[in-house]
Amino acid sequence: MGKKTAEDFAREQKEISVSEFFEKNKHLLGFDNPTKSLLMAVKEAVDNSLDACEEAGILPDIVIKIKNVKEDIYVVSVMDNGPGIVKAQIPRILGKLLYGSKFHRLKQSRGQQGIGISSVTLYSQLTTGVPTKVWSKTGNGKKIHYCELHLNTQTNEPDILKQEEVEKGIAGEHGTKIEMEMHGRYRKTVEDYIKHTSVSNPFVKLTYTAPDGTKKIFPRSVNELPRTPKTMRPHPHGMEFGTLKKLLQHTKSRTITAFLTNEFSSIGQHSARAIVKGAKLSDSQKPHELDRVQIEKLIKSMQEAKVQRPPTDCLSPIGNKELEKSLNKEYPEAEFVTSITRDPEVYRGFPFLIEVGIVYGLQEKKKKDDDERQSTIELIRFANKVPLLYQQSACALTDAVKGVDWRRYNMQQSGSNLPAGPMKLVVHICSVWVPFVSESKEAVAGYPEIIKETKLAIQDAGRKLSSFLSGKRKAGEQKRRIQMFDRYSGEVAQALAVLTDHKEKDIQKSLTELVKSRIHIKEEFTDDNTEKNGES
Amino acid sequence: MTTQKKMEKVDGELKKLGVKVTQEITKKENPNIEIPIRALSNVVYDKKSGQLVLGSKTSRRYYFNVAHAKKFMQTLMVASFSKQLIDHKIHASIRDMFYNLKRTLPDSHENTFDMQSESDPIIVDLEVALDVLREQLHLTTDRKGIVAGNVQIKDRGDIIDWSKLGSGGWSIPSTVDEVDFKKVDAESVIVVEKNAGFERLHEDKFWQKQKCILIGTGGQPSRGTRLLIQRLNKEHKLPVYVMTDADSYGFYIYSVIKSGSISLAHVSDRISTPTAKFIGLTISDIYEYDLKKCTIKARDVDIKRAKELLNYDWFKKPAWQKEINLMIEKGIKAEIEALSHRGLKFMSEEYLPDKLKKKKFLD
Repeated sequence: MGKKTAEDFAREQKEISVSEFFEKNKHLLGFDNPTKSLLMAVKEAVDNSLDACEEAGILPDIVIKIKNVKEDIYVVSVMDNGPGIVKAQIPRILGKLLYGSKFHRLKQSRGQQGIGISSVTLYSQLTTGVPTKVWSKTGNGKKIHYCELHLNTQTNEPDILKQEEVEKGIAGEHGTKIEMEMHGRYRKTVEDYIKHTSVSNPFVKLTYTAPDGTKKIFPRSVNELPRTPKTMRPHPHGMEFGTLKKLLQHTKSRTITAFLTNEFSSIGQHSARAIVKGAKLSDSQKPHELDRVQIEKLIKSMQEAKVQRPPTDCLSPIGNKELEKSLNKEYPEAEFVTSITRDPEVYRGFPFLIEVGIVYGLQEKKKKDDDERQSTIELIRFANKVPLLYQQSACALTDAVKGVDWRRYNMQQSGSNLPAGPMKLVVHICSVWVPFVSESKEAVAGYPEIIKETKLAIQDAGRKLSSFLSGKRKAGEQKRRIQMFDRYSGEVAQALAVLTDHKEKDIQKSLTELVKSRIHIKEEFTDDNTEKNGES
Repeated sequence: MTTQKKMEKVDGELKKLGVKVTQEITKKENPNIEIPIRALSNVVYDKKSGQLVLGSKTSRRYYFNVAHAKKFMQTLMVASFSKQLIDHKIHASIRDMFYNLKRTLPDSHENTFDMQSESDPIIVDLEVALDVLREQLHLTTDRKGIVAGNVQIKDRGDIIDWSKLGSGGWSIPSTVDEVDFKKVDAESVIVVEKNAGFERLHEDKFWQKQKCILIGTGGQPSRGTRLLIQRLNKEHKLPVYVMTDADSYGFYIYSVIKSGSISLAHVSDRISTPTAKFIGLTISDIYEYDLKKCTIKARDVDIKRAKELLNYDWFKKPAWQKEINLMIEKGIKAEIEALSHRGLKFMSEEYLPDKLKKKKFLD
């Protein structure tokens, strides 16, 4: 064999299509194993339905079914009452990776990259070869569009296998139904995902039929859609070099002051002039003429500028009351439920907001009766109202939870682990752009601002928990005290009956009454310890 | 006071306590029992009588105080147990009582009493609270202490001759109130701290030769032994001489027989013998009787205890201050057995006769 020349190499080198890349790297999209793949299918379809309904102002009603058709082959079907998809768009949304409306804008939504549902199409066709089936109805009286499609991995374009108008498939006035057949393994995680989705989206009604045929309905806990998040312009704080340079290049503004006021949120004339002055720039310079050093100066000046926080209307939190209602609905047996919605903060110029919910006092089944140790709490993470079910330990939200000293809030914690106790902790980050560590969107990246803000939110909620727990403990102490006196009173009554001519029963009765009336006022009584004096 | 009257008094005191607490319960007050404090802070040395007496400080044991509640219950349990003994005219040992009262409270893992060390102090609490004696509560302890001598007594109807008990001697019971002395033929009472010392003197027929009554306490004397010593002293006008080790603990044992103890200051007048004298061993004896080779180096605790003795009012006598200071200064102590160094019969044939003859006592 002779040596290869550069020309030989050139002949072997060719473009790799995005689809081909993901075909080989399914795990990057979250399809690491059969269990998770099945869950991904449900999740992507439900996320899409929710986004669509919310944007169209429709209270979502989503029906999910999973059927086990043979050994490890499942059919997943998700139907919503959303606006439907116009005929021409169906193939592209479902059969083309990186196609979507959400990537190029700064607006809070569940999907971001336009990968999700088309990656499920890809996975389904790779494992079973059965095409993805779509039904869509865009309005009352209109026909239902039905199509079957594949994704062409070489061209990253949809292959439409069948397309027709049908009568049946969608019951309501409008909506979309997707059905995909794939290799998978069914685990309870799917139901967890649906339950958690119901927690983070209190306005959704979910109907779920598991492979064994059991049907569960997760009703709404509020009957109003959340405020529709607005698309926002970038915020000056946390601007990065590359982003700013691109913005400077593409702006239609002629001056830097105008650029700042037009392209950014929270900058008015006054602060724009202050930023320009701070960067020692002249307003006569055209935005695209700035050199590297000047851009850096501009970034620095933008960071330091005193501007308003980013607009909060681009964020759509679950809401403090709504989250609490929703948790109360999902965990009616809880002793204590609280929630916190923080004010928006900024990382890298993106506004984000943290919400925390605490559910305390759920009776867990103990593995062993004599096992006194408490297991660690269940952490339920959400990003833009989507449950994050994997990679908990790689997630910044988890780091924040571990970084809090839970002992302060009357919880057990060993080292810097998750605290232990009968508790579920909900942490939700919503942002116009949630920084995930990978495309499978399972763990939030560790930006210091996010960790700090999450800790603050947890501490707010922790204080509420702590006062509940100390009240509970006091009540427990009181109860134990009454029990103690009840125990002693039997012996006391018996002894007094021997010493006097009174009947034991009568003494016992007076004692019981006395204990009741005494313990009532006992708090101030034992706290000041006055009567301990003199006893050796 | 006759025995019968004494018992009626105790019975009445117990009933009074029960009635008081029951009334407080019906009146919805916090039931309590007033108990004089038994600690050095409430113990006074009465120079006139030469005895330790309890001061006037008291504490109240409340039912509705988490720290007191259990002791309150225990106190009433002991009182009721004692009442039953008196009613049935029987006695029980304090250990017997502990096992009688120990039980697990309903619906719990908590016991009324866990150890005898919990019930013993409750008895003393009750003694001071009601101003009665344990013996009057019909509670007895194990026999402790031995006696030999030319004495005949009547105990529960039996005549016992202390001179005819062979090698053993008579074991002193916890209650000697009701012992009748039929014949007492002795000139003094010699109390030895150690049973070994008693055995030596008994075998040497010391009590015959010296015409004395010999008592071995076996360490800290029991209340029965102390009462017996007091009765022999009071009723038969016998001088009492105490022999202990030459160390701070021995000195304290002597003071307990003479003046009473801190923890039982409330019964001093009923069981102590203020005229008792200390016959030996003193630290000075070590030099006088040439026992230097048999001394033991004093430990830190011995010195610490010796310094405490120096501060007790009842040791604030020049001769005692001198002895204790000598012990601290030399850093030595000696046991009774040191005398054997001069010959096994040295103690009975030379040391004690010499001391008695020359009246070399400490007061």
